[in-house]
Amino acid sequence: MRLAILTDIHGNREAFSAVLADVEQRAIDRIVLLGDIVGYGPDPEWCADKAAALVEAGAIAVQGNHDNAVGDRAESMGKVAAAAMDWTRPRMNEAQRKFLAALPLTQELGDILFVHASANDPGDWIYVTGAQRAMGSFRVCTSRLIFCGHVHVPALISCGLTGQVQEHEFRIGAAVPLIRSRRWIVVVGSVGQPRDRSPEAAYAILDTGTNELSFRRVAYDVASTAAKIRATGLPEVLATRLLKGE
Amino acid sequence: MLRPSEGLEIDGFKLGACLHQGGFATIWDVTHPLYRTPMVMKVPTILDGYDGPTIVGFEVEQMIMPRLVGQHVPRVMGVGDFSVMPYIVTERIPGKSLLQLFKTAPLPVSDVIELAARMAEAVHALHKQHVVHLDLKPDNFLRRETGEIVAIDFGLSRHDELPDLLAEEFTIPMGTFPYISPEQYLRQRDDLRSDLFALGAMIYELATGKMPFGQPERLKGVRKRLWRDPVPPRVLVPEIPDWLQEIILRALEVDPNNRYQSASQMLFDLSHPNQIKITARGLKTERDGFWTVFRRRRKMRKVRRFAAPPTMLSQIDRAPILMVAVDLSPEMEELAHRLLTWVQRMLVIQPDSRVACVNVIKTARIGLDPTTTDDGENIHVARLVTLKAWAEKLDLPEERLTYTILEHSDPGRALLDYAANNHVDHILMGARGHSSTRRFLGSVSSQVIAEAPCSATVIRLVQTASEEEAAVI
Repeated sequence: MRLAILTDIHGNREAFSAVLADVEQRAIDRIVLLGDIVGYGPDPEWCADKAAALVEAGAIAVQGNHDNAVGDRAESMGKVAAAAMDWTRPRMNEAQRKFLAALPLTQELGDILFVHASANDPGDWIYVTGAQRAMGSFRVCTSRLIFCGHVHVPALISCGLTGQVQEHEFRIGAAVPLIRSRRWIVVVGSVGQPRDRSPEAAYAILDTGTNELSFRRVAYDVASTAAKIRATGLPEVLATRLLKGE
Repeated sequence: MLRPSEGLEIDGFKLGACLHQGGFATIWDVTHPLYRTPMVMKVPTILDGYDGPTIVGFEVEQMIMPRLVGQHVPRVMGVGDFSVMPYIVTERIPGKSLLQLFKTAPLPVSDVIELAARMAEAVHALHKQHVVHLDLKPDNFLRRETGEIVAIDFGLSRHDELPDLLAEEFTIPMGTFPYISPEQYLRQRDDLRSDLFALGAMIYELATGKMPFGQPERLKGVRKRLWRDPVPPRVLVPEIPDWLQEIILRALEVDPNNRYQSASQMLFDLSHPNQIKITARGLKTERDGFWTVFRRRRKMRKVRRFAAPPTMLSQIDRAPILMVAVDLSPEMEELAHRLLTWVQRMLVIQPDSRVACVNVIKTARIGLDPTTTDDGENIHVARLVTLKAWAEKLDLPEERLTYTILEHSDPGRALLDYAANNHVDHILMGARGHSSTRRFLGSVSSQVIAEAPCSATVIRLVQTASEEEAAVI
């Protein structure tokens, strides 16, 4: 089975559509959304509806901190994120609010665990930014593969037979065998707001048959999204960071 | 975890006799009802408790080997999980490793060349598939009955598109001390030229019967090769020709930038010994003197790493073999000139290319072969002189140029065969415009383009409107 794993869409319709169009061409059997469907971006309504339609059609989805913040005002956020959330909240209709609130924090598929931030304390939104921060996730579960997002920078981390945890370099587009002697954490890069100095939308493909993972990047019309952000009065920094990918 | 034993059945494979018991792994004869090919199973010997290096080395093999294809690697039939019993099953390559042969060194020069070329060919095949072996030694080369060399044991290898499981794991340099390159000593695992160094050390050993850097037992002894040069091979065996010493010492250069830049370029020299430019390396009659070594040692003390290429394929692309097929007939002068300009442009973006200039003398299909007559001799020599005069304008050092005059009844076939035999990366040739009345010659370029085993570029002269009209008439 081939899974397309998308995360941190953040209300970016152009990026989300571009990735879904790419997914169409790659013989994908099932889509996984790792949360943060809304927040930051100018099209939260469209993205939430699209995500709900995908789930209706069989996609797996988990909740991100921004999705939770739509209904939960106690969710603590940075200044810019909070400002964007204040702009987003009134735009969500009842159905969209319900859909986002009902998303589970984790989902499992065979030996794979899906979570937005970190497998240990998924509701605490811990950033898995390296081997050290990944150890907790390996400890709390027995899943062989853990997919998460939240960081907006893709990463690949493994835990070996002797318990050593290490982060690996990878190349975009190259298929990496996730050898079975190790457990792996795949931090998937962001669709709607990449922060690794490339503005291209990021996602990942897992082929459970060949047990291979590829990180992918898709170019989309960043300028349009940035223009929309400026037109709506969302914080300017959200537009510039999209253009720069940071 | 299961332990291997005769009679054990796992995933359909049935273990036969134990063929080899090494320090890190055992090799077993295996059969499977679905496969008729003779096969072997390699099982790592994992000690109880912490045995990181063996495990990671085997993980690297399990990751890399199933991706490799071709005659120069064993075909993988199955891979076993660590949770039950880790193993790799591959086809069985009959015959022994080259180790036996190395024990009989020094070998006659012709045998050395033959074997060196076969080894370089195998290494180039790995490099083209993104893999640096990093542990090349006689034990890790097998020979098929058909003669091709097969590389085995990828436990220290690096695939440049896959995570390097070994990189962060261990801090000591890995490899086999007599063959390990200076940059590997400095813990660099990303340079395909490291394999060329190991090849150089092996050819040295085949030709002289001695290892160029002895058999150091400690790392300190390995470090010495950063400044101490080996005894020139010709000092040990005077029969070794200067060009072979040139090849060996070039491969053994300390700085990877001074070595061959790709295995295919090394192979090219091994196949065209009479065109090798002999430098001071080939003529050296003794080791460097005290002061030279002293200065080098001081300089090397500060070296922490050598500049490595960004990726393997970019290194192969930087150092290609560029074949230029030149038509030297008088009416093609303008086209030949255009072609020259294009070669010059290619050299700007591929600064380490080798340029092989080729010209074909078309011979009669049947009947008298013109080369057997005095006239034929003259044609051959005259063509060579013209070809050299043409290439002189490239202003390229002699060691990066070769000239070949081919004789064939089918010029297109001759060019294609030359390209395939010499692992050419790119063919550059001129073609007459479609207005040409000599359609037959024009078809040489279309044949080459259609069947070339590599990239091929055709250079044409831009036609003027009046020429096009003339062509229609």
